[in-house]
Amino acid sequence: MVARIFGFAAVAACLAMPVFAAVALSDAAGSYTISPAGSSIRFSVGKAGGGGLAGAFARFKGSIRIDNNDVGRSRVNITIFPESVATGQRRVDAFLRSDAVFDAANNPEIQFRSTSVKRTGDTSALVTGRLTARGKTFSEKFTAELAGLKAGTIRFHVTGKVLRSRYGMDVGTPIYSNVVDFDMTFTGRRG
Amino acid sequence: MGVAPYETPPRFAKAARRHLLRDPPNNGEVRVEEGGPGHRSPTMPALITNDTTRYGWAAIVLHWLIAAIFIGQFVLGVVMVRVSSQRTAFELIQLHKSLGFLLLGLVILRIAWRLGNAVPALPHSVGRFERRVAPLVHFALYVFQFALPLSGWALVSVSMLEIPSMPFNLFLMPDLPLAESDTAESFWTSAHWYLAYAGIGLVALHFAAALRHHFWLKDTVLTRMITPSSDHSAE
Repeated sequence: MVARIFGFAAVAACLAMPVFAAVALSDAAGSYTISPAGSSIRFSVGKAGGGGLAGAFARFKGSIRIDNNDVGRSRVNITIFPESVATGQRRVDAFLRSDAVFDAANNPEIQFRSTSVKRTGDTSALVTGRLTARGKTFSEKFTAELAGLKAGTIRFHVTGKVLRSRYGMDVGTPIYSNVVDFDMTFTGRRG
Repeated sequence: MGVAPYETPPRFAKAARRHLLRDPPNNGEVRVEEGGPGHRSPTMPALITNDTTRYGWAAIVLHWLIAAIFIGQFVLGVVMVRVSSQRTAFELIQLHKSLGFLLLGLVILRIAWRLGNAVPALPHSVGRFERRVAPLVHFALYVFQFALPLSGWALVSVSMLEIPSMPFNLFLMPDLPLAESDTAESFWTSAHWYLAYAGIGLVALHFAAALRHHFWLKDTVLTRMITPSSDHSAE
């Protein structure tokens, strides 16, 4: 098991992206703190007739730990502050923060705690975890794609779909889709 | 009820008997008529349309259906912008939009029906002043019941929120081809608001006039909008 020996990031670097080949395993493995500067959490919800509602969370924090010996034991924890939601329309932001959607006053955090990480390709992995929002917790899956690796910095592009109805946020369906598409970039700095 | 052999209102008994016996429509018209001077016995299909002496069921049902939705929409509109729960507000606004589109459809049908039907004459109890004013008020009521849903449609069409309209979650209603902007939205919001208050004021006047006719003048102005009933004093 090559993966077991080299670990997720290192294998990705060696097999797929010559750019990363120079990076030694010891450089990829380790604990990273997500840096808001190089990171973003964007989402969109489709609506009837095409187009959709797109926005982003400005404030969040998290950590990524890449296991030295076993990618499957890597961990990802993210905490989002829904109060920071921004869509470009102040009225929509107020609506999303209100009890209609996030109820940010009573539920100031949305949390993701990974439960398993599975490699799906040279530079990709499926991250499964427990997503908690508005007091409800469900298992969700996200696809992570290694997007950059430099000494001390690692970057992932993460995508996934979440059904909002499960979290008591089904307002507006079926005018607005129940499916929320997430498109996220996380830059982790060692430490 | 002399001729009717069973306990059925005379009009229906007459229609039923005629159907059974296959009488020609006018046969026995006067003989059976004992329901008072306000009653005639046209065949059932004829009760659907208006004639020069009375409103038919179609006009009556449209009148009360639109009245209920119009007043309900006013109450809903006032409530939906005042509820504290944003979720409830959103859902009430979508219901308001759904009922608005239903209202618009019914009003178009009603105007078409009005244009294609006889208009019953006013009873003699209606004075000269009312004879001049009532048609103006009625015309204004038509203008308001048409303009209100239309201005609401314009409002959602120009809103920067771009919330699609899906009447009763059944189908997607396209927006009116108007340019979106905050300025346009506040214009149509004001227009919709003023039209609503002026419209409900006019409805109140119309309602007060109907009550005056019924309880003060004791004529048929109100009752003929409840069931098709001819008023011979109008001829």
